[in-house]
Order: sequence, then structure tokens, then C-alpha cells
Amino acid sequence: MTPTTATAVEAVGIHKSFGPTHALRGIDLALEPGRCLGLVGRNGAGKSTLVSILSGLLQADAGEVRFGGEPAPPAGAVHAWRERIATVHQHSMVVPDLTVAENVFLGRLQQRGGPPGWRPVSWRAVRAEARRTLADWGLDIDAGAPCRKLTIEQRQLVEIARAVASGTRCLLLDEPTAALEHDAVERLFERVKQLTASGVAVLYISHHLEEVFDICDDVAVLRDGELVLSSPTAQLNRERLVAAMVGPLPVREIDESLSRLDLSGARAQQGADHLLEIADLAARSTHGALRGVSLRVAAGEQVGVVGLISSGVVTLGRIVAGADRAESGTVTLAGRQLPNGRPDAALHAGVGYIPEDRRAEGFVGPLSIAENVTMTVTDRLAKAGRGVLVPRALERAAAPLAGALSVAAASLRQPVAELSGGNQQKVTVARALIRDPKLVVAITPTRGVDVASKELLLGALRAAAERGAGVLLATDDLDDIEHCDRVVVLVRGRVAAEFPRDPRAPAPFDRELLIAATEGLDTQQQQEQTQAQQSPSQSQPPSQSQYRNDADRKDGRA
Amino acid sequence: MSEIQDRADTEGEATTGMSTPGNTTGSPDAKGGSDKAGARASADASTGVLAASRPGVLSRLSSRTAQRSPAAVSWIRQAALLPVLVVILIVGATKSDAFFTVNNLVSGVGQQVSALGITVVGESLILLIGGMDLSLEATYGLAPMVAAWLIVPTMAFGSGALLNPYLGILILLAIGAVVGLVNGLLIVKARLNGFIVTLGMTVLLAGVQNGIVHGQSPYELPSAFSYLGSAFVGQVPVSLLVAGAVFAVTGLFLRYHRVGRSIYAIGGNPEAARAAGIKVDRVKIGVYVAGSMLAAVGGLIEAGKVSSVTVQQGYQEGIIFSVFAAAVIGGVSLRGGRGGMFGAASGVVLLGLVQNIIDLAQVSNYWQLAISGAVILFALALARVVGGEASAD
Repeated sequence: MTPTTATAVEAVGIHKSFGPTHALRGIDLALEPGRCLGLVGRNGAGKSTLVSILSGLLQADAGEVRFGGEPAPPAGAVHAWRERIATVHQHSMVVPDLTVAENVFLGRLQQRGGPPGWRPVSWRAVRAEARRTLADWGLDIDAGAPCRKLTIEQRQLVEIARAVASGTRCLLLDEPTAALEHDAVERLFERVKQLTASGVAVLYISHHLEEVFDICDDVAVLRDGELVLSSPTAQLNRERLVAAMVGPLPVREIDESLSRLDLSGARAQQGADHLLEIADLAARSTHGALRGVSLRVAAGEQVGVVGLISSGVVTLGRIVAGADRAESGTVTLAGRQLPNGRPDAALHAGVGYIPEDRRAEGFVGPLSIAENVTMTVTDRLAKAGRGVLVPRALERAAAPLAGALSVAAASLRQPVAELSGGNQQKVTVARALIRDPKLVVAITPTRGVDVASKELLLGALRAAAERGAGVLLATDDLDDIEHCDRVVVLVRGRVAAEFPRDPRAPAPFDRELLIAATEGLDTQQQQEQTQAQQSPSQSQPPSQSQYRNDADRKDGRA
Repeated sequence: MSEIQDRADTEGEATTGMSTPGNTTGSPDAKGGSDKAGARASADASTGVLAASRPGVLSRLSSRTAQRSPAAVSWIRQAALLPVLVVILIVGATKSDAFFTVNNLVSGVGQQVSALGITVVGESLILLIGGMDLSLEATYGLAPMVAAWLIVPTMAFGSGALLNPYLGILILLAIGAVVGLVNGLLIVKARLNGFIVTLGMTVLLAGVQNGIVHGQSPYELPSAFSYLGSAFVGQVPVSLLVAGAVFAVTGLFLRYHRVGRSIYAIGGNPEAARAAGIKVDRVKIGVYVAGSMLAAVGGLIEAGKVSSVTVQQGYQEGIIFSVFAAAVIGGVSLRGGRGGMFGAASGVVLLGLVQNIIDLAQVSNYWQLAISGAVILFALALARVVGGEASAD
């Protein structure tokens, strides 16, 4: 560690609001040269906003960012910011068709002499410089290769090389390991340690708490826009860190009356045959890879599948709904195997699909509410097999569900594009439920939806389960799973843990345990305690509940 | 549930009525409007929604007061050309006494525009699914060329096969279907770019059209083959009746058939359509096939009109420009999912009228193109002014 006195980056009293949402409430944060600071917090805690402000993409409402004691350049002065701080994003920001060398010097290619504005790029110098930078950091990457040919890991290294080549002394790593395999993560850590050893200040943002303990010297915890904990990592244990992230349980008024409802009727059916059987599902996907997931859902059962965004929960839901293809493994619904990657076949087999991204897949903006809601049942509404649809019949068919979900609109003829986000989501949910599906696949169904609508949407899922449908609820929001009968945690594409509902506890699922499990901490011990208290019938064998044990690591390397 | 049904109905009426902004504010002078609003509020309360009713009020306010009611927008988009057509009719009447006669408008213009019109239906369908097809003009020339070549004797530049003309029409349709199928497969299944695929197809087909007859134009088409393009029922050309029927049937199909509705869904958001279980690829390929077959029928009518298939028909005339122009000024979006047959038909009529006026006014041949281009740009601009933001993208 280089002995330096000045802080590399300092944020003082940062406030930021988006409309009524107060995203950051007076954040003070300091990055010391040669140290790695871990920034953790749950979704919506304000991490992304803070990163955007620290990298100059957003202007804070109040407060100041200082670099080495000097005030930061104005927001938007991209080049000035890049000289002071560089960001490596979760998703690769290299230009795939350019060479490694050009990517390393993107935006600041060395030029030869000539009149200002007409200086030609000196490719020889660019290549030589890039080669030197790569060699300095021991990166075994061909500077002349197009980035398209690199692995995700190598592309990330190119981004880091770009950052250090710009001469910055501050590096922001935004969930850099989300797309990496275990051994690649370890190699990345070596690089980060190399960087800090040379005096660079690193801000490391991650959902994986064990990584924070591995690599960060200090930890800062954000919760609801406030810095609730800041301490050297050595003085912390996992329990304290998770507790700081979760905070006290949120008070939820609307929900209380709902949670008192007796759901024993629904659960009585659980012993019945398995409605949905997922066996050894594996897939590569931009939504997160799956590495052999098996899961069962009974009729009338609500199963929550939770995990981080990249953990594969979304992919699992998409494959069951036919939106993505599996590489291996099977999905069987009511005894019949679903064809791979066929949303129409899944629909007709009885799958109702609530997609993750409603704008991309949930509705057709220019078409009316009635048409969107009835889109999955046109075959039933069409007259006498001739395919004729009468607009009034569509409205009549859509009205009950639109009413039950209280879609707020001028009329059912209003284009869905004109509705608010929450109402668009209700249309998407109605579209999935109107066919009376045997299985509802809901992916992050309440994302970006206000509290009241949230309860309505979750209530609609519960109602479907009470009618005997199975519900597969894939989400990264722990509030969504409160009505679930069982929760399965995915970590990096594998089932890491499973929690049955605890009917006696005030909260049906232990949030701390769940969060610890989603963050990939070793939950075996804690889970065994849970199992001892509860019915053991639905639990996974312990070998599967353990994540990142030694055997697993060897698998990752092999 | 009946309460909700009522709610939907009353709101529907209020929307289509759209003349009483009072019922959004609940001001006392809007008779009945405030009652409905009250009923709506109680309906909301009965379903136990607290916060959710507020965005509804907001969206109602913005959609009514800011501009037109949502239900009216698509109609306005389609009808945007009507005022332009009125202006053109007036201009035409002042330019020539012969303009406002049945003989000119029905027999003349009617026959002029029907071949183009049927092709525009094909292109509109393809535009609605978010695609584009430049090769319709070449299909419009090639399909009747092959059929005519197989039908007429060698001395009329035929192949000598002397095929039955009805069989020839079947072959014409089959050529349209095959071209559409190849386009559709290349674009949808092989994921090639539609612009380049159909551009290449255009040149290929036009080359075949030229090649099989060595640049000659088969003539002496049998009457069965040229019937559609040349026959009249009283003063009304059969081609106009056919074109009108094609527009009407396609319009009804798009509005009331589940496949027609899925065309809008696919054009509006293909991923959402797929997630809703619509067989997107199949519908798209089907639309390419239907579009090319319609273009072949258009070509059949054009050939019948002049009782010959010229080498120029289609590609060398460059009719694709008129096809796109008619569809787009008629409100069919190049981005897919928006527009309809009424608008497309008005676009076709507009182009026909402009050409007719130019002919009647005896404008110099050298300047005809420039004038029709200028009129199309003008019509597009005017349609946007009348139809608002979304009507001309």
C-alpha cells in the first residue's frame, strides 16, 4: 500500500431525488488510495445512483464530489471525469468490432502531428501503447485481435486496461463478477489486488457478500438511500453485514389483513401429483445461465424462485414459458413434456406467462387494453372456428379481469401505451390469467409497481393458486414471495437452498436467511437449524444446499 | 362483474362521444358525466383500490384535454387524407370540365388505380407486420409475364406452350406465392435483412422477366386472361370492383379476424405477440406470401388493361415508389403495427386523382414526374398536420 494522505475520491452530503423518490439522502463516502471499498446494498438502495454520480453521469441535487481534495468537474464533462475516475460496468462496454488496442484507447487515440482537427491517428503508437499496458498488467491478450473474439472475462480486462491506461487513480467496478465463472472471479481479484497495491483506489460494488469479504478493505452499506454502515471489513462478520443491508422489517399495512387469510385449503392439495416438473435444466442465456436446475410445483402451490438478477431465476421462468430455449433438461407440465422454446405450445399446454420486461414482451402499446388482455384467448373468443373477433366481445371478455385488477383507464379501448407503468403491468398479468392457466409463470411481476398495485397483483396470483393453478414466481424482490408456500434460492444457475413456509412465524420466510442465501453465503448451517424446526419433507438434500464448497470450486475449474 | 361491465360501456361511450371534457373535471354542467364519474369512483372503492384510481384520472385528463380521445386517434390517422382529397377534387374540377364525370372518375381513374391499389394492399400488410418488400413491383411484372408467355403463341412472343388461360392465372398466383414464400423464409427464418433480400429479389425477378421473352412484350392475350383488367359492368370497370372487394375484405379481415389482429400485434411488438402465444414466424411468412400474391393479381389487371405484358411492367416503371407512397400517405406506418385499409385506399385514390389531373391539364410530359413528386410530399405533410404526431411516421 502506498502511503498517501489525500483521499482519492470524496463524496460529501450527496442528495439525489427522482421525482418523489429520494434516492440518496446525504451520503458521505471517501475512497482512500490503495484501498478497496466495497459498496453493498439491496436493489433500490441507491447504489446505481451513487455510482452514476461518482462517475459524472448524474448531477447530485446537493453535496459535492471531490477528487484528491479538488472539486469535481461539472457533470457531463466526460473527458474530465474519465481522467479522474474510470468505471467498469457490469455489462461489457467494449466495442466488439474494434481491436483490443483501439478499445483500450477509445476516445483518446494517439495522433501524429498536423494541423489541429486534422491529425491522423498513429496506429503504430496505439498498438505499441496498448501492448505495453497489457504487458504491464500481465494480461495475455493480443492487442490486434478484435474484441468480438474475446471471452467475457477478457473483455472485462480490456475495460480495466482502458481504465488504467487513462491514468486514472480511481476505479469503479460495478458488479464485475456477475457474468464470470469462479476461477475467472479469482483471477479478477488478483488484478484488483495488483491495482490497489499500486496505489489505485477501488470502489467495488457487488451483490456477492463473500466477494466483499475476500477482497475489500472497507465496506459501506447503503439502505434506502442512506449510508447505514461504514467500517473496515476485518471488524465485520456476515451477520452484521446482512442485518445492516436488510434493516428492520418493513411495516406493511395492506398486507396484514391478507396474511390473516386462511390458506390451508390451497396447501391441502400439495400432496397431489406434481403439476410442473423441471428436470436438470441447463441453458446459457443473457438473462443468466442455468447449470442443472430441478424443481417441482404442485397444483395449487406457489413456489418462489429467488436469486440475484444474473443467478438464472429469470432464465428458469423464461424456459418454462417457452420464451428461451434450454440446452438440456426437460419441462413437464401435467405429465406432458413441453417443446423447447415454443411460447405458443406452452400457452396451449396451460402456461400463463408474465414476462420480466413488460415493455419488451408484456403488451403491444398501440393496441387497446381489451385486445392486449384477450390476446392469449383469441382462439376461444373467435366465432365458430372462423376466426372472427368482435371488438365488443373482446371488451366483454377483458372487463372482468381488468376490473378485478382495477386497471385504471379511460376505457378498455385505450391503447396500453398511454397507461401508467403499474396499469400496464396489470394488463400484462390479466393477459396471462385470462386463459385460466394451469401454471402461472410470473417473472418479477411487481417490478416498478406501487404498493397497492403490488398487493393486487400478488393477490391475483394467489387467487389463481387457490383455484388450483401452480404458480412459479421468479423474482429478485423478497417482498414478492410472502404468499409463497415454498421458496427456492438460485445462485449462479444452481439451486442453492430451499425454504419451506413457516406458518407460525410473523414473517413466513426469514429474510436474513434468504438474503444470505441469495448472496451466495454458505447457508448450510443456518438452514439445518431451520429444517429442524420445520417439516423436513420439502427440503433439498444438504449437498445441494451448500454453495461454493470445495467440490463446487473444482467443478468450476474443470 | 356486471357493474364493471357497465363501467366499461359508459366509459366507452364517453370516449367515443368525446365532446364533453366536463366529465373529467366533474363540473356540474356536464349532464350525466359527473354521475358516471361518481359511479366509477364507487366502483373503484368497491374493489378496494385506493391509490390506483388516481393515475386513471390523470390519464383521462391528459388523453381528453391534451388531444383526441385514444379511440379516435387511429380513425383520424386513417382519415387524415380526406380533406386533401376534397381539395384535390376541387382543384380538378376547376382545371377541366371533363374531370367531374362518371366517365372520368369511375371508368378512367377507377381503372387506372385498381392494379396499383391491389399491390398497395399487399405492401400495407407487409408494412403492418413491420416488414417491407421492394420486390412486389417485380412480382407485379414477372408473374403476368410468365403466365402470358406460356399462354400466347410464338408469333406474339409466347413460348409456344399455348397454355389454357385459366391455368395461366393459377400459375400467376403460384409465382406470387413462391416469391413471397422465398422472401418470407429468407427474412423470417434465415433472419436476413428484408431490405436487401427483397432488393436482390427485385433485380432477379426483373431479370427473369426480361430474359424469358428476350426483351419482347407478349400480346394478344386471350380474353379470359385480360378480363379482370379490361371488362366493364356498365360504366364500372371490373378491376375497380375487384380492387374495392380486396380492400374491403382485407380491411374486415384486419379488423375482425384473429389472424388480422395478430398482424397488428406483431407489428406493434413482436416479442409481446410471441409471449402471448401468437405464432409470429408463421403469420409473418403468410403475410409475405399474401402480399406477393396480391402483387401478382395487380400485375394481371395491369396486363389485361393494355392487353399485353410489357418488359417495363413493374420494375422498369418503378411502381414500388407509388406503392410505398400510397401506403404511407394513407397512414400505414413504416415501423409496423399502425394503419389500415381505409387510409391505404385513400392514398391510392389520391395518387390516381393527381395523375388524372396532370393528364387532363395537359402538363408537359417532361414535368409530370416532378409535379407528382411534389404533390406526394405536400400530401404527406398535410396528412401529418391533420392526423397529428403519430400519423406519418
